Amino acid sequence: MKSGILAPAARPVAVKAESKWRKGLKKTWPLHLLILPATVIAVLFHYLPIIGLVMAFQDYKPWLGFFKSEWVGLQHFEALFLFDESVQVIWNTLIISVLKIVCGLFVPIVISLLLNEVRKNGIKRGIQTLVYLPHFLSWVILGGILIDLLSVKGGIVNRMLTDWFGIQPIFFLGDGDWFRFVVVVSDIWKEFGFAMIIYLAAIAGVNPALYEAAEVDGATRLQQTINVTLPAMMPIIVVVATLQLGNVLNAGFDQIFNLYNPLVYAKGDVIDTFVYRSAMLNGDFSFATAVGLFKSVISFVLIIVSYRLAYRFGNYRIF
Amino acid sequence: MYYKSPGYRAFSIFNHLFMIILSLLCILPLMHVLAVSFSGKSAATANIVNLWPVDFTLESYEKTIDNPAFIRALLYSVYRTLLGTAIGMGVIIFAGYALSKRNAAFKSRNVYMWFFVFTMLFSGGLVPGYILITNLNLINTIWALVLPSALSVYNMILLMNFFRTIPAELEEAALIDGAGLFRILFSIHLPVSMPALATITLFTLVGHWNSWFDGLIYMMDTKKYPLATFLQTVVVQQDFSKMSINPQDMENLSQRTVKAAQIFIGALPILLVYPFLQKYFVKGIVLGAVKE
Repeated sequence: MKSGILAPAARPVAVKAESKWRKGLKKTWPLHLLILPATVIAVLFHYLPIIGLVMAFQDYKPWLGFFKSEWVGLQHFEALFLFDESVQVIWNTLIISVLKIVCGLFVPIVISLLLNEVRKNGIKRGIQTLVYLPHFLSWVILGGILIDLLSVKGGIVNRMLTDWFGIQPIFFLGDGDWFRFVVVVSDIWKEFGFAMIIYLAAIAGVNPALYEAAEVDGATRLQQTINVTLPAMMPIIVVVATLQLGNVLNAGFDQIFNLYNPLVYAKGDVIDTFVYRSAMLNGDFSFATAVGLFKSVISFVLIIVSYRLAYRFGNYRIF
Repeated sequence: MYYKSPGYRAFSIFNHLFMIILSLLCILPLMHVLAVSFSGKSAATANIVNLWPVDFTLESYEKTIDNPAFIRALLYSVYRTLLGTAIGMGVIIFAGYALSKRNAAFKSRNVYMWFFVFTMLFSGGLVPGYILITNLNLINTIWALVLPSALSVYNMILLMNFFRTIPAELEEAALIDGAGLFRILFSIHLPVSMPALATITLFTLVGHWNSWFDGLIYMMDTKKYPLATFLQTVVVQQDFSKMSINPQDMENLSQRTVKAAQIFIGALPILLVYPFLQKYFVKGIVLGAVKE
């Protein structure tokens, strides 16, 4: 794709029209060359699949390919809204992701404020070290651990509930409502520490003179937190909150795939897991692509809106 | 002074307690798995293990090491992690460096930026990606695990922003001394950006080590499962249908202590690089968030 640009000498045609362009290229071709590997990968693995989305409008058969498969128009999209199962999947996705976004926004803010009150640097650093850790473990590892911890047959959580509070064992991963609860709580547990980093940086950047002035005015620590610390964090909170908008259809594939089972499909199945099962297990390639495209398009619009909002209210730019 | 008031002192005590309990909650699950992995088989089955091994034994680790499928997956994971990180870092260092040039010096920069950023905003999704890998005949090859993820636009922008903070005077001085584009990259940009490079390299390593889904869909041959995929299908989901495992290994795999040992070994490389990771990533994150 880049070859024409890289070897301009090989194309003597239209010299005059291109001359300014070529002058620039003479200087910048090494830069284009440096970007070439990234360009090739982007074209191959990001842009080609986008063209492949045409199969959402076909009845794609692997042995017929894109050119011979039958065109069916919007049939798969209609099916998406006709099946009770797929409508339920959209609801599940929205419920789980909105719960995650709301809780995932407030918990790290509150805990950053509380951590800011821990004055001993050693303790503070120790706490930070521990709370950042789960972010780096994959949901395969954590899923394996959670399934063991939450097991009805002697998992440590149910054992504690029974021994300490006399509660009957709870089928955490087999009951739909409990499953949603586990998914939201475990996601917060994994990510709150990491999400705090950015707030802690904002808190560290507050001018100490502001606290001194508040002190002189007789403000209590709570009043200082509300009137000095929080306003200082506000810009970054706004940016984080608006950028989350693009995640409304992302309920967390890795997590749910590693935790769910047929017992909780009714309340725990989300768009991404549904797409996976339709395509990879049922071989329903076109329908799965249509569902995926539906999600991608809505997410794309939401991301654009969220970037605009973040730029408008938080002066955030991607590059 | 607010911190001398009795109210604040009482709050402070509770706050310290709360924060310490909260932070311990983040590692207790891992401690429990570790304890189970070192416990005797009967103790684990009887559910009496909490945070300390009961009937300490290394049996589960011995069984794990004796399982050729596990070792093969482990080695394949090491291979894919090293190869993937090398390729991925190469791609983003070169691209990030070129894109760190000023718009005036590099007119097409904005076009490239939008071209790359678009890949973050919209993607073809699961099925077209899978069909592409099939049509490129990459199924069952290491390239299926390494190439599609080789371009991390997010990391590229992170690195680019870091390169942009390098004073232009450094580069000008090198230019006057007769250094070329590549010489400047290797003698100025890379040495100066060591913290950023370390952060991004560690992130990429961790990403490859943890990556399991690509192995699951792109590897028909279960002998080529990376460890994360092996753990996902065999250890966690207990799906032996695709694997040819001898009955003895199969029995071992379903034993709770052996499962715990394998999960822990899967997490171990992350725990080992974590101290280095932690040294850098806080800076890296804040850098990525605050732009000029």
